[in-house]
Amino acid sequence: MDIYTRRKAINIFNLTIAAITTLFGLFFLSWLLWVLFQQGFSNLDWSLFTLDTPGPGDEAGGLRNAIVGSLLLTVVGVMIGAPVGVLAGTYLAEFGRYAWISHPVRFINDVLLSAPSIVIGVFVYEVMVIPMGNFSGWSGAVALSIIVIPVVVRTTEDMMRLVPDSMREAAAALGAPQWKVVTCVVLKAALSGVMTGILLAIARIAGETAPLLFTALNNQFFTMNMDEPMGNLPVMIFNFAMGPYENWHDLAWAGSLLITLAVLTLNILTRFFLRTKK
Amino acid sequence: MNYTDTLIMNSYNKSPAPSNISLDVTGAVGVTDSATASHEKQNHQIEIENPKIEIKGLDFYYGKFHALYDINMRIPEKQVTAFIGPSGCGKSTLLRTFNRIYSLYPGQRAEGEILLDGRNILRRDEDINTLRAKVGMVFQKPTPFPMSIYDNIAFGVRLYERLSRKQMDERVEWALNKAALWDEVKDILKQSGKALSGGQQQRLCIARAIAVKPEVVLLDEPASALDPISTLKIEQLISELKDSYTIAIVTHNMQQAARVSDYTAFMYLGKLIEFNDTKTLFTNPQLDQTQDYITGRFG
Amino acid sequence: MMNTVTGNTGVPVPNRIAGSLGDRLFHGVAWMAAVGVLLVLGAIIVMLTIGASPAFEKFGFFNFLSTAEWNPVTEMFGGLSPLVGTLVSSAIAILIGLPVSFGIALFITEMAPPWLKRPVGTAIELLAAIPSIIYGMWGLFIFAPFFADHIQPLLTDTLGELPLIGALFQDPPLGISVFTAGIILAIMIIPFIASVMRDVFETVPAELRESAYGVGSTTWEVVWNVVLPMTKVGAMGGVMLGLGRALGETMAVTFVIGNAHKLHLGLFEPGNSIASTIANEFTEADGEVYTASLIALGLILFIITFIVLGLAKIMLLRMAARQEGRPA
Repeated sequence: MDIYTRRKAINIFNLTIAAITTLFGLFFLSWLLWVLFQQGFSNLDWSLFTLDTPGPGDEAGGLRNAIVGSLLLTVVGVMIGAPVGVLAGTYLAEFGRYAWISHPVRFINDVLLSAPSIVIGVFVYEVMVIPMGNFSGWSGAVALSIIVIPVVVRTTEDMMRLVPDSMREAAAALGAPQWKVVTCVVLKAALSGVMTGILLAIARIAGETAPLLFTALNNQFFTMNMDEPMGNLPVMIFNFAMGPYENWHDLAWAGSLLITLAVLTLNILTRFFLRTKK
Repeated sequence: MNYTDTLIMNSYNKSPAPSNISLDVTGAVGVTDSATASHEKQNHQIEIENPKIEIKGLDFYYGKFHALYDINMRIPEKQVTAFIGPSGCGKSTLLRTFNRIYSLYPGQRAEGEILLDGRNILRRDEDINTLRAKVGMVFQKPTPFPMSIYDNIAFGVRLYERLSRKQMDERVEWALNKAALWDEVKDILKQSGKALSGGQQQRLCIARAIAVKPEVVLLDEPASALDPISTLKIEQLISELKDSYTIAIVTHNMQQAARVSDYTAFMYLGKLIEFNDTKTLFTNPQLDQTQDYITGRFG
Repeated sequence: MMNTVTGNTGVPVPNRIAGSLGDRLFHGVAWMAAVGVLLVLGAIIVMLTIGASPAFEKFGFFNFLSTAEWNPVTEMFGGLSPLVGTLVSSAIAILIGLPVSFGIALFITEMAPPWLKRPVGTAIELLAAIPSIIYGMWGLFIFAPFFADHIQPLLTDTLGELPLIGALFQDPPLGISVFTAGIILAIMIIPFIASVMRDVFETVPAELRESAYGVGSTTWEVVWNVVLPMTKVGAMGGVMLGLGRALGETMAVTFVIGNAHKLHLGLFEPGNSIASTIANEFTEADGEVYTASLIALGLILFIITFIVLGLAKIMLLRMAARQEGRPA
């Protein structure tokens, strides 16, 4: 085989492998989604939204308490985390852009972005569950907010950086103090991007299980009281999937489908937002 | 360095010049015949009575880079003063010291004195925001804020004055009229400023700058991003505005400087070379470098 | 020209005071939020250290790490088994995930026609968006049985026959094992690594690619000899990012790893990881030492992932710095 044929053969071989790996990735995505949709839709039922989770051996049951709990935990988590994240991102992009402290904050924030969420659960258990004496919705929401913060910090800074400096100069040249420049001009220009970051953070925590295991715990009964343990979809899925009952497994699949649909919708929405912005 | 810059550099210097080279020397090695005439003179200035802005011994630094060297000049009140010179000569840098917009960035610093109505604005305790309300600025690229046309104008006004709804409406109309934009936007005041064309956006920015009633208006290459027709409108606007305002304009376009200004300053390598009334500067420059620059461009 | 309005007509706002007060206030609040990010990290480390101290006091730090015994009855705890399980499952994930991610990045950047680039990229990124608990469910109910029935016997018959490494692949086909966890982790981290690789590959200037093609290189030669050497720091950063994710992943692993506190050679045997041990036992742990031992595991996991993710960040920063330093 001459050298040219050999090079061509190597090229074709390696490129074929690359194409196969891509198919491999896509194959797993479709397999996962197919199973999820098949199992999830076959168990989708109105009673999911009207009945609470069944106890061991109970026949009928739904996910009402878990759905409401998940929504509540997510909303409160975002309401705690997003303002802190937006403010910190604003500091990094504006007030503290040249401050020395911004470097460690950026670095640590990026590390926290991928930090193991179970450790955050342990941390919140120690600082909230033990002092308060019981598992609670509040501690679950705080654990989720710690996951929200780095996502929002990062996107807020990135999006505010996309606003050209000429905009800041123009506002400053009118004599606007910096806080006015930031709130009325920069933040306003970056608003859709910042909102996208918050949506991404919601998508991120919607399916988070590990930080809730020993904070919000779970609750078989319906509650809106954040001082009590609170039912939520991810922990419900974990418990029911590991449990022995067939109807528990069905509910776990249905819950998985609900979460995945929510997360994928949020992701596609954010993509749409970002693309129209560009 | 772009093509025109190279051209300009070459007309002074056959070899690349260190940035702190003395201007006498660069003049002497220039390619024109009259190189010897200005051997003793480094710069030439016209006398200005009653200046609005007086600059004394101004040096400017970007970090370690020395960008302006010992600038001394007086800018006349209610006249248009143009700053010309090749890219990187420091003309924009100089303009950006008049409202201290450079102080947004750490590492940029000015030394010396800039007197606005006799008050040194480089003093440490100068209130920069009030200064900027007095010294407005329009930039090279139009920068409409992400809000309605009306709010773009009202933004600056609200910072300094509490106006009734009616007064604010009047002020907005007045500013847009001054900027010759009123007729084009009076029916779409609630629309976003970004929806306007480039030329309209720039006039919106001028309206926004004058709405706060500054005493000085700085224009940093205000027409360089615009088409010829918009440029013409902006130039007409400038000559109308000088009745009420002291105007300083930076431009890379010498014809534009000749058309709109009463006085012109030529800068090169961070130094003020020649400052004269516009007609004299363009028809009878006192220094060879000025001559080289304006003929190099025209010829 | 209208010139009806002269002079300021309105009531002046005391702007100087309002401005500087507003600036200081807003600046201060934003600063606190930013410093809060640092404080959260500090608080996590401090609280975990405090929580773990009874275990370290009783067993000693290194002894805790090197002991495999985990007995709640006698209150003897050692973290070796979950630590090894974490490292082994993550290693498997990287061994599988790295070449696959590279292939995907190569396909997207160099091979795919323009109309295909975005949909394929998006699809791969969607893999990253799916919550890990879904991977766990799918792994437990679908993938593990499939793996036990179809793939594991195949591997035992081939790899299991090899000298030396054969022992790793000889256990009975349960489906629930460290190896299964590694595969699921691989699928989970592929999108992270692939999208970082794709991004850094795309930073290679077109002129460089073109000149390499210009001397007659094949696509593979361009990637292997030009693109990869230029971007290997960034690509490694992506791999480290994926590794950090794999090390700390909880739910997907907990479902399929088997949760057995045993140290053994076979990859097809049930095992455990740090995260899965905490997830399974934390709420049931009674006694100070038991809880402290679990928190100690958490602290160790946090430190390991912190180092790995820190390295990833540094590599990506170096890549970005090189990018900016490039003459335009």
